Order: sequence, then C-alpha cells, then structure tokens
Amino acid sequence: MDVKDIIKPENLVYGKSDVILDNVMHYCPGCTHGTIHKVIAEVIEEMGIQDKTIGISPVGCSVLAYNYLDIDWQQAAHGRAPALATATKRLMPEKYVFTYQGDGDLASIGTAEIMHACNRGENIVVFFVNNAIYGMTGGQMAPTTLIGMKTATTPYGRNVELNGHPLKITELIAQLPGTCYVTRQSAEAAGPVRKLKKAVRKAFENSAQKKGTSFIEIVGTCNSGWKMSPVKSNEWMKENMFPMYPLGDMKDE
Amino acid sequence: MGELRLMKGNEVIAEAAIRAGVDGYFGYPITPQSEVLETLMARMPWEETGMVVLQAESEVAAINMVYGGASCGKKVMTSSSSPGMSLKMEGITYLAGAELPCLVVNVVRGGPGLGTIQPAQSDYFQSVKGGGHGDYKLIVLAPNSVQEMNDFVGLGFDLAFKYLNPAMILTDGMIGQMMEKVELADFTPRWTEEEIIAKSGTWATTGKTKNRERNISTSLELDSAKQEIFNHKLQAKYKTIEENEVRYEKFMCDDAEYLFVAYGSSSRICQKSVELAREKGIKVGLLRPITLFPFPSKQINEMADQVKGILSVEMSAGQMIEDVKLAVNCRIPVEHFGRYGGIITSPEEIVEALEQKIIGG
Repeated sequence: MDVKDIIKPENLVYGKSDVILDNVMHYCPGCTHGTIHKVIAEVIEEMGIQDKTIGISPVGCSVLAYNYLDIDWQQAAHGRAPALATATKRLMPEKYVFTYQGDGDLASIGTAEIMHACNRGENIVVFFVNNAIYGMTGGQMAPTTLIGMKTATTPYGRNVELNGHPLKITELIAQLPGTCYVTRQSAEAAGPVRKLKKAVRKAFENSAQKKGTSFIEIVGTCNSGWKMSPVKSNEWMKENMFPMYPLGDMKDE
Repeated sequence: MGELRLMKGNEVIAEAAIRAGVDGYFGYPITPQSEVLETLMARMPWEETGMVVLQAESEVAAINMVYGGASCGKKVMTSSSSPGMSLKMEGITYLAGAELPCLVVNVVRGGPGLGTIQPAQSDYFQSVKGGGHGDYKLIVLAPNSVQEMNDFVGLGFDLAFKYLNPAMILTDGMIGQMMEKVELADFTPRWTEEEIIAKSGTWATTGKTKNRERNISTSLELDSAKQEIFNHKLQAKYKTIEENEVRYEKFMCDDAEYLFVAYGSSSRICQKSVELAREKGIKVGLLRPITLFPFPSKQINEMADQVKGILSVEMSAGQMIEDVKLAVNCRIPVEHFGRYGGIITSPEEIVEALEQKIIGG
C-alpha cells in the first residue's frame, strides 16, 4: 500500500486547526509556546469565535504570536498587554479578548497592569507562560527564576541576598476578588495538554458569561535558555519547577 | 449658534469629548488637569452615549488603554499633566509607530521633575521634538482660549484619523483652570461597528472575518530593511502634514516693525503686550502658531522680510525659540523671553524685554 492511499479524509485522526497559520514558527525546537498556541487555536476554532477574538501579544519570545494564530492581534509594549485588553474588552464587550504574556512581561515589568486588570475583574483571559527565564533577550533572570538557577544575569545561580525571591504571582492573583478562575497548568505531555485545553475552554466560557478575569499560568520550558535538551528540560521542569509552582486550580468560581 | 456656557478649560475638554462621539477616555488624576476625569465621571456619559470612562492605575496604563482602544478603530483619548506625560511617552511612541489615531491632552505645569502645579510651557520639546524614542511626530495643537479647548477636541480627532497619527492638545494650567464663555459643539453620534469597519476595516482589530486577512496593530519590524522603508513612509506622512495642516493666527502684523511669536497662554498675554507697546509707539505684531507641529516656519520666515527682530515668548527657558530661529535662518535677531517654573509672564515684562533685547539690542 502506498502512503498516498493512506492519507485520506476518512483516515484522519488528527488535523491542524484552521486558526493556526502556515508561517514557520521562530520558536526553538522543544519550546512550549508552540503547544500552547496550538491549544488556544483549537479552542477558538471549536468554540467558533475566530471572528470575535482579539489577542494581545507581549514583548518577549511570544511577541510574534500574531504570525501564528489567524485572528486579529494587538502587539503591546512590555508588560502593558492587560491595559490594552482592558480597553479593547470594554469598548467591544461582545468580543473575546486574551493576553498572552511571559514571566518577565507579566510578573516583572507589567506587575501593575496585570494586578489592576485582574482586580477590576476585566472579562478577559490571561495566558501566563512561566519558564523562569527571559528567552528573547538571551536567557536573563526572570522574577520566577528559581533559587540557585543559573541565567545570563545570575551566572553563579540566583541568590536571595543579591536577587530576591522567586515571585509566585499566580498565588497573588488568586487572592484578587476580580478573578473568577485561576489555575496553573503545563503542556509537556498529552495528559497535561488535554487538561490545559479544558482550562482554556473554561476561561473563554467565563469571559462570555462575564464572570471576571480568568488567569491560566502554564509552566513551560526554555531548553535554549536552560541549556538542556528538550527531553532533559521537561525532566528538570518536573523535578524543580513543579515543587515551586505546583499545578492545579487555585480558584474556580 | 451652539449652546453657550461659562466653563473651565478642563471641563470643556470632557464635555467636548462626549459631544464629539468619543468612545473611550482613560486617565489618571494629576493637577492641574484632574477636572477632565472628574467631569466625565460626574457626567456619566456611558448612560448617554455609551462612552467608556476609566480611571487607570497609572498614566502608563492609561496610554496603553488608549493604544488598545485605538487599535479597535475607536475614538479614544487621555489627558495628563507634565510628570504624567513623561510616563505616557512610551505608549505615545508605540501609538505613533503603529500608526494609531488618538487624542492626548497635556495640561502643562512647571518642571523639571515633580516641579510645580502652576502653569508653564516647558514641554514644547517633549511634545514637538519627540519625548519618546524613535523618529516620530505628533500633530500638536495649541489652544489659547477655552473656546479652542472645545474646538480642538473635534479637530484633533479629525486630524488623527486623517493621518492615522496621535494628535496632542498642548495647553497649560492657565487655560485648563481658566473660566471663559464657550460655544459648545453639537452632539456627534459615536461610530457604529459598521461605520468603524467601513472607515478603518483595513487595520482595526475588530475581529477577523472570513472576507479579510487578520489585522495586526504593531510597531515591530525586525527586518531593518523593512523598518527603514516604514520609516520613510512615516517621514513622507509628516511632510504631507507639514504641507497641509499648518495653522496660525496673525495679530496687528500688517504694519509691524517687530514681532512676537507666542503660542497658547503666552499668546493671550502677548495680545495685551502688543497693545501696550503700540501705546508707546512701538509697532509690534504677534504671530501665534496654532499648530506647533507642523510649525508655521514659512509664515514666520515671510515676516522676517518685514520686521527688524523677533521676540519668542514662551513660559519656558527657551524651547520654541529654536524653531523660530531655524525658520528665519538667523537673518534677523531672535531673542527669547518668558518667566518659567510656574510663574506667568506679565504683559509689561514682555514689552520691557522687547525694548531691551530687540529694539535696544
């Protein structure tokens, strides 16, 4: 039997979402962003909200997210995505608005914007990708970098005296009355990806029901920044990141 | 004749915004402009026109809310005063870089730093020359009356949408706080989604429909060659604005032997100085730039054929004078005068400065 005989619509068990564009991704092989993009695209497609969804991309590795999902996008200044999303959602309340932000963007330079958007209970969805490092600028310390972790700006390992503590911003966000759903997920294997997809769907549904801000942290890897293979990165994440950033729902109202 | 009211300049900005069909105002309190946000909150325009009004957590957030709203093709604005404007500069350069229309109002106070809450005109460089990073320009309107505070809200949005560029009203604590008679504009309805798509559908992020490509609001272009081409396009736009949008006013210039160049509050004071000087037999006129970018360089240069010297009057240490000097290319003497740091110049001081620095100089 020839390969061409096998590739038929009736034999298809899996397809690429139409919301994913064919542009070649700039993400490093092994990076978690691609998987997260895929999950968000699938949910948008399944909910039939492609024409009603506006994404806000950050500064950092996912700055170019607008090249990969076939929806309207705004590209925000570093950390300011929640401010853009606030205005966009309030001015077009019938649309779905999400921000997609990394740890430097959301938990360092954009701390004020994310805290206040969540505290106001903006009916937006926030995707917070935490890989404990600044990827785009070349692997510097992030607010979520673990103690002892080596980065370009903590070459001898993160030291509390010198660099302060890792910031569990999601735990802080969960305290805010404006948030309705705060969860921490991951995407390193099929099981976690399925769970993540359920969370993403719930977040968009919350938005439609005007329940407040839905906040999804995704603990991910940066194998280039961590200087490990993708497989080793996943192992290291499970051993070191998960104890500090435990998975699961913090709030679901 | 529109509705006549006695109002503060800052209150008029708020009222004019509602009447111009503005979709969103995002602000943060700072003296001497807090009446803009206060007036809007008291007026509750969301009940009347659906306009969104939000007190942001900072000036940084407010200008980025403007970026988000402008990206949707909506008429959005913010206002602040000097220290707050410094914080907004990041957002403003992003707006200029993404070619987004919006209106920003700066009710200037004395600086530098936290400075004073009294009026000044020391943000000319920041407004006209940049302030934020990169090669960009704002369309800068300088009202000198409460009436023009009203008129320039509508004009600012017209120009912002015509050129897809942020527009700024550069005023100060004197005009913001001053009460005058104003004829208010009639109500213009807010644009419907259909109207926004018809007007701005090629770029506004209203949701990607099947009949078009996705719209992306961004100022990022990592390919330097493409970024240079984009910059050329921006510069061509600014040149078109310079060719088409210069606005100015002349006062007693026909027989003038000397000239004041002043904008905003200083131009109001200079009108009195012209009268005082003429009582003394000094034939002086006033050229008031209404647009600071584009600057009326040609008109000032033409006046240099007629007058013997120019006094550039500004409540700063001398910022606009650089553009006046460039306009006349040093053909005639140009001097600066103005009190600053929150002190308002008196008409008499200006006449004295004319006599000492230009006539006697």
